[in-house]
Amino acid sequence: MSDFLLLAFLFLIAGVAAVPIATALGLGSVLGYLIAGIALSPILLLLEVDVVSIQHFAEFGVVMMLFLVGLELEPKRLWEMRNRLLGLGGLQVGLTAALIAGVLIAFQMDWRIAVAVGLILAMSSTAIVLQTLAEKGLLRGDGGQASFSVLLFQDIAVIPILALVPLLAIPGAHHAGAEDGHGAGMSLVADLAGWQAALVTAGAIAVVIAGGMFLTRPLFRYIAKARLREIFVATALMFVVGIALLMTLVGLSPALGTFLAGVVLANSEYRHELESDIDPFRGLLLGLFFMTVGAAIDFQMLWDDLFPILGLTLAVIGAKALVLLVLARVFALRGSEKFLFGLGLAQAGEFGFVLTSFAVSNLVLPEDMAPRLNLIITLSMMLTPGLFILYERVIRPAFDRPVEREDDEITEKGTAIIAGHGRFGGIVNRMLLAAGYKTTVLDHSAAQLDMLRVFGFNVYYGDASRPDLLHAAGIEEAKLLVVAIDDPAQAVAIVHHVTQNHPHVHIIARARDRHHVYQLYNAGCRDVIRETFDSSVRAGRSAYEALGMHPFEAERLARSFVKADRHALYELAQVWDPEIPETQNPAYVQKVREMNEVMEPGAALGAFRERHERGWTPPSPQDTESDRQRIEAARDGA
Amino acid sequence: MARLLHYAAHPSPRTSTANSAMLSRIRGLEGITSLDLYAEYPRYDIDIEDEQQRLLAHDVIVLQFPLFWYSCPALVKEWLDLVWEHGFAYGQGGDRLKGKLLMLAVTTGGPQEAYGAEGYQHYELRTFLTPFEQAARLAQMRFLAPYVLHGALKTEPEAHALGFLRLMTALRDERLDLRAAESADILTHDTLPLMGIN
Repeated sequence: MSDFLLLAFLFLIAGVAAVPIATALGLGSVLGYLIAGIALSPILLLLEVDVVSIQHFAEFGVVMMLFLVGLELEPKRLWEMRNRLLGLGGLQVGLTAALIAGVLIAFQMDWRIAVAVGLILAMSSTAIVLQTLAEKGLLRGDGGQASFSVLLFQDIAVIPILALVPLLAIPGAHHAGAEDGHGAGMSLVADLAGWQAALVTAGAIAVVIAGGMFLTRPLFRYIAKARLREIFVATALMFVVGIALLMTLVGLSPALGTFLAGVVLANSEYRHELESDIDPFRGLLLGLFFMTVGAAIDFQMLWDDLFPILGLTLAVIGAKALVLLVLARVFALRGSEKFLFGLGLAQAGEFGFVLTSFAVSNLVLPEDMAPRLNLIITLSMMLTPGLFILYERVIRPAFDRPVEREDDEITEKGTAIIAGHGRFGGIVNRMLLAAGYKTTVLDHSAAQLDMLRVFGFNVYYGDASRPDLLHAAGIEEAKLLVVAIDDPAQAVAIVHHVTQNHPHVHIIARARDRHHVYQLYNAGCRDVIRETFDSSVRAGRSAYEALGMHPFEAERLARSFVKADRHALYELAQVWDPEIPETQNPAYVQKVREMNEVMEPGAALGAFRERHERGWTPPSPQDTESDRQRIEAARDGA
Repeated sequence: MARLLHYAAHPSPRTSTANSAMLSRIRGLEGITSLDLYAEYPRYDIDIEDEQQRLLAHDVIVLQFPLFWYSCPALVKEWLDLVWEHGFAYGQGGDRLKGKLLMLAVTTGGPQEAYGAEGYQHYELRTFLTPFEQAARLAQMRFLAPYVLHGALKTEPEAHALGFLRLMTALRDERLDLRAAESADILTHDTLPLMGIN
C-alpha cells in the first residue's frame, strides 16, 4: 500500500512541478510530462519500479482519448473522412514502412527484419499528437483532421500488423514465447475457425454500435435520475472500460472500439457530460503515460552510443516527414497545414513499443535490437514537442497572411450557451433559435431533456455549475451565456467563474429577487434580469387599465416605473456589500431612504412622476401669448 | 350610407379638452367605426394587415388629432408610414384607396389670426397639412378641407364638438356637399356645407 502511495506521490509531484512550467514557457504539457519522467527515472530505477508495466496501464489514456475524439465527431463526418482515412492513412503506413525497410535492406539487413522495423517505425504517437493538437486548438483545422485520419488508420492497422508479424519470423528459429504486450491473455476467438472468429468480431462491433445507439440513453437517463455525480462518472467509466475489454477479447483495438462508441454518442444529449466526466481520467492517464516514456529512456545506452542513436532518430524523423510531406501535397493540404501534418506525425509512437516486444517474442527481431529500437522511438517522441514549437513559431507565421480564412465549419457549438432550459431559459432559447442563432442548452433534468430532444432541440444533459462542463459546451468560443438555472447560489457561482475566466463572454443572468440581483451584480454580471419583474409590471399595467387609465398612459406610467425601479436597483447594487447585512450598511440605508422620498405618491419631483408628467403637457395661454408678442415685436422692429 | 372610419389620436387624453370632447360626442354613434389610435396601439405595434383591411372596408377616413409642432402626433405618422404601403396605397398596383375620402379634424393651440403671412405662425394652416393632402393625392383619394378648431386651449370645446357630431353624421348619411368641402380652405362648426335638413 505504502509503495503504491509513494509511487503515486512521486508521479504526481513530478507532473505538478514540471507541467505548469512547460506550459508557461509555451512548450506544451507533453514536453513537461516527458521532462518530469526523465527527472523521475533515477528514483524509479532506485526503487526498482517496472516502468513498462505502468506504461501499459497508462496507455488506457489513449483509449479514453479516442473515445473523446469520437464524441466530437458525428457519424456523418466520419463517413465524409473515409477517403482520407483509408487513402492517406494507408499510404502513410505503407510508404513509410517501405521506405525505411528499403533503406535498411540497402544496408544489408535481412529483409524480414527490415520490413518489421519499417512497420514498427511507421506508427506515430496518437497520445502525443492528439494531446498536442487538442491543447493548441489545431485539431479542427485541415492539417489536424488529416493527422487524425492517419492516427486512426494506424490504430486500426495495428491489428493486421500483429497478425502479419509472425509470418516474418526467421525460418528455422523456434517459435517460442507466448503472445505478449498487446491485450489481455484471454481471448474469445483464439480457438475458433477463421469464419467463426470473423463472425464474433463483427458481432462485437455491432454490439458496441447498437448498444451505443439504443442502450446508453435509457441507462444514462436512469442514472441521471439518481442525481449522483459519482455514479454518473462510474457509469461513464464502466462504459469505456467495458467496450475496451470486449474489443480486446475479440482481438480488436480497444481504442477503435471506444472511438466507435464515441462517434455513436456524438449526437447524444449526454455527450458533454460524458466528455467532462472522462476527460480528467484521460488527462491523468496520458500524463502518466508521457512520464513513463520519459522515465523509460535508457541513458546508459544513450551515452554509450550517442551519435549513432541520435543520427538514427533524426533519420527516422526525416524519412517519416518526407513521406508525410509528399502525401500532404498529393492530398492537397494548403499552406502551413501541410507542415503541421508533415512534422506532427514524424515521430514513432507507443504502438511501436507494443509491436517491438511482439516481434521479439515471435523471433522476428533479434533480442538485442529491441532496446535500441525502443530508445529511438522514445527519442523521436521526445523531439515531437520541439517540432510542434518549430511549426508554431517559425512555419505558421511565415504562412499566416491576413487573408480571409474560412471559419471552422466543424464547430457545432452554439454562439450562445443556455444554462437551464426551464420556464425561463426555454423562452430565451426559443427566441434565439427563431432568430436563427445557434444555441447549446445545458440542463440537468433528464425528463425535460427527453421531451426537448423529441422536438429536435440541441440540448445536453449536465450540471452547468461545473466549469468543465461549460468548457465542454464551448464557453471559450461562445459569445453569450444565459444563466437561467433555478438554484440562486449556483447561478452566482457560474457568473463568478465565467466573469473571472472568460471575460469575453456576455452573461445574462436570471435573478430570483432583489437580493439575488445584488449578488449577481457583485459577481460581475451587468445584465441581470429579475425573473418575475417584467410579468409583474405587465400585471400592474393591466391593473392601471382595468381602473380606467388610458392604455397609452398606462404604458408610459409602467415604463417610467420600470426605469425608476431599475435605476434604484442599480444604485443600490453598487452600495450593497455581501459582508454587511443591508440594514447595517449605512450607505445602503441612506440610498433606500432617499428613494422612498422620491417614490412617494405626492412627491412632485420624483424621477418616476416627473418623467411621467412631462409628456405632452399643453402650453398655457400665457405661453402662447408670449410667443405671439415676441415674434410680432421682432417683426415690427425689423 | 357611406362607411365611415374615424381615428382619434391624442397621446395624453388626460390633458386634452377639445379632442376628448369631440371623441365623447361621437362615441356610440351608429354606423361609424371609431378608434382611439393610442389606446389601440399603446406599444406602437401597429398591425399592418388589420389596418389595411379596416381601410378597405370603409369609404371615408377621418383622422382627428391635435397639431403638435405643425404636424400630427407621432403614432399617426407611424400608422401612415406602416399601413399606407407601396403596392397598397401607392406605387405599383397601389390603388386600393382610390376614390375614398380623406378628411382631417385638427385642433391648434394658436388663434386663427396666427396662421397666415401676417401671423406669428407665419404660414397658413393648410401649408402645414400639405403632406396629408399630397398623400391623399398620391393614393388617388379625394381630400376634403380640414375641420378645424383654433385656439383650442382657451376655447370652450362644446360648439366644436357638436359641430363634429353634425359633420360625422352628414358624412355617414352622405349629406355633406363634397364639392364645397373640397374647395373650402378650412371648415369650422359654423361653416359646414351641409345639404338637406340641418
